[in-house]
Amino acid sequence: MPKKYETPLLDELEKGPFPSFVTEIKKAAARSDMAADELGQLEKSYRDKRGYWKHGGIVGVRGYGSGIIGRYSSLREQFPNVANFHTVRINSTSAFFYTSQFLKEMCDIWDQYGSGLTNLHGSTGDLVLLGTNTENLEPIFAEFSSRGWDLGGSGSAMRTLSCCVGPARCEWSNINTLDINYNLTQEFQDEMHRPAFPYKFKIKTAGCAVDCIASIARADLSIIGTWKGKIAVDQSEVANYAKKGMNITEEIVNMCPTKCMSYDGSKLTINDADCNRCMHCIAKMTKALKPTGEKGATILMGSKAPFVIGATLSWVIVPFMKLEEPYDELKDLIRKMWEFWDEHGKNRERIGELVIRKGMREFLEFIGVEPVPQQVKEPRRDPFFFWTEADLQK
Amino acid sequence: MSAPQRRTDIGPPHYKDFLPPVIQKNYGDWKYHEVLNAGVMVHVANSGDKIWSVRVASPRLLSTDTIRDMADMAEKYCGGYIRFTTRNNVEFLVSDEKNLTPLQNELKAKKYMMGGIGSRISNIVHTQGWVHCHSACTDASGLVKVLMDEFADYFTTKETPNKVRLAVACCVNMCGAVHCSDIAVVAIHRKVPVVVDHDKVKNMCEVPSTIAACPTGAISPDPAKKSVKVNADKCMYCGNCFTVCPPMEIHDPENDGVAIVVGGKVGNLRSNPKFSKLAVPFIKNNPPRWPEVVTVVKKILDAYLADAKKHERVGEWIERIGWEKFFKVTGLPFTFQHIDDFTIARETFRTAATFKW
Repeated sequence: MPKKYETPLLDELEKGPFPSFVTEIKKAAARSDMAADELGQLEKSYRDKRGYWKHGGIVGVRGYGSGIIGRYSSLREQFPNVANFHTVRINSTSAFFYTSQFLKEMCDIWDQYGSGLTNLHGSTGDLVLLGTNTENLEPIFAEFSSRGWDLGGSGSAMRTLSCCVGPARCEWSNINTLDINYNLTQEFQDEMHRPAFPYKFKIKTAGCAVDCIASIARADLSIIGTWKGKIAVDQSEVANYAKKGMNITEEIVNMCPTKCMSYDGSKLTINDADCNRCMHCIAKMTKALKPTGEKGATILMGSKAPFVIGATLSWVIVPFMKLEEPYDELKDLIRKMWEFWDEHGKNRERIGELVIRKGMREFLEFIGVEPVPQQVKEPRRDPFFFWTEADLQK
Repeated sequence: MSAPQRRTDIGPPHYKDFLPPVIQKNYGDWKYHEVLNAGVMVHVANSGDKIWSVRVASPRLLSTDTIRDMADMAEKYCGGYIRFTTRNNVEFLVSDEKNLTPLQNELKAKKYMMGGIGSRISNIVHTQGWVHCHSACTDASGLVKVLMDEFADYFTTKETPNKVRLAVACCVNMCGAVHCSDIAVVAIHRKVPVVVDHDKVKNMCEVPSTIAACPTGAISPDPAKKSVKVNADKCMYCGNCFTVCPPMEIHDPENDGVAIVVGGKVGNLRSNPKFSKLAVPFIKNNPPRWPEVVTVVKKILDAYLADAKKHERVGEWIERIGWEKFFKVTGLPFTFQHIDDFTIARETFRTAATFKW
């Protein structure tokens, strides 16, 4: 029987309607010594208002440099079963679809070799197995990989890719997000498992500008589906929305950022030349409005959390790229980006920070992308700019 | 018992193996979807086929017991098919309409919380916190729990003008899109890191990368001690040096706490994606239920609910009424901490004489 800890503070978090993470830890703690000590240490954190985990050290599975994150209790005397309490990242499926059979197998392996605690999913999108000791890592890897599952990324490597639900269950997707996600993951296995970059690299794929995967905010490479043609209007469905109480003038026409729509009480008209494809009208009137024509994606780069220079949103490098299997143009672009980063990046410098440091011109010239107005919100305002000898000859 | 034969570089299994037959058949050929209630939506294909998704809340941190229970229900009602969302909700994928009510009944009986679809408060994206992270200066799971308890009705039934995306980050490293959320809690330090044992720096840290980790250039070499020193006037307490060099101790239970940021979004609908901006610079950590944080978030949410137009996100509402009005209607004090003095400060100063009084 695992040790039972008194947890008066954490018990307060079992009250209330929302499912409780404390209850989850307690379930695992009823049979796992590791989960029991996790619970005990967490109660102490709540009492002392501070964490007690240490990072660092090199742990992993043979042949890989990523996928396992070393974690150690700084109170190992008091909580010996979490002295080593490493995270195992399993590369999730595209758009997080699973079968009950896999989930049950995963649970069996994890109960045998780990704490019984998981995160479905980690922020990057891994299936996170939360806490095991060093000697269990190889058996866990063997159990998963023999069943067709691999580790995800960690450290200065390509991280586990993630994508929105896309064409699997959404009418708005302009690209095959699940396939792009899967295909790129398979293409860049070495870059994922053997860290060789200056720092982490994340790729996220969204089927449209609604961006349910938040790719524009948290990916070094953001792929966002878009289209070039007109929005087809089904006027009878427009009438149905009006009949059901939608105030089309207020909710659709007046909220259009480009003012490209008008409604005369029976007919909705779109001036497609002015539309900037923001998705508001389509998302609100999904039965009535459909994008048509050429489909593809906008390729952006550089978003990340605040370290070191402040948070960034991804910015456009290629406004429109057709994305069809085998995605060679995209893969070539990614490889060129990595080459630039490899050549110029400092240790722990994200690629976006590097491009800001070196300037977009040097980056775009290196990757072979021409300057286009879609890459900027507005042209520069100051009169300081570089001329190369080649520019002077033009 | 010997372990099975390991394989490397195989990547995850093909996604097609995990899609319900109705999705395989109608892949990329969906016509529309309808939100039937907060917990159920139906997607209709051009073929006329339908799939129902029943969404339930999850604390993200799940025991194998709960996962097995979900898997059992997926087997019973969904042919074994289940998925998770970006915001850590669970979706049961129902292909046969007659399973819809029995599934919901079982979920209700087992006290699963159905909801989160449509213009509501969905699950809170969050980070690891004291549960498992070295750099956490609050507990993310605890904050999520107390906030979602408070706003449970907005998950299960009540509507908001548009989606309200909440997030919690347990330090400024912000694993997850906290910097672009409608309302987010981010934990911060307020005191300069202290090197207690310079020998540890000598043994554990790379001095150049420790110096490079500092966004404000506050760290410089200390050749006499073969260590580093911190210029307290420049330090903004980000804690990045601690991650690179663990002896740079920055945890301080008395002075650590959380800030509240508002008005961010990631979608392009109507207005461009936006960063969240500072609303409250500091609230003390008060576990286990952080009542002061809940009160402030509720105050911001209530002001938004009272005044926002339909389809306006929090950031769009604030842009319409103006920041001076935001601080007025929420009653939150405006302080020196609200005026940026980091890398993009100049861009945030008001360069117009247009105000709302």
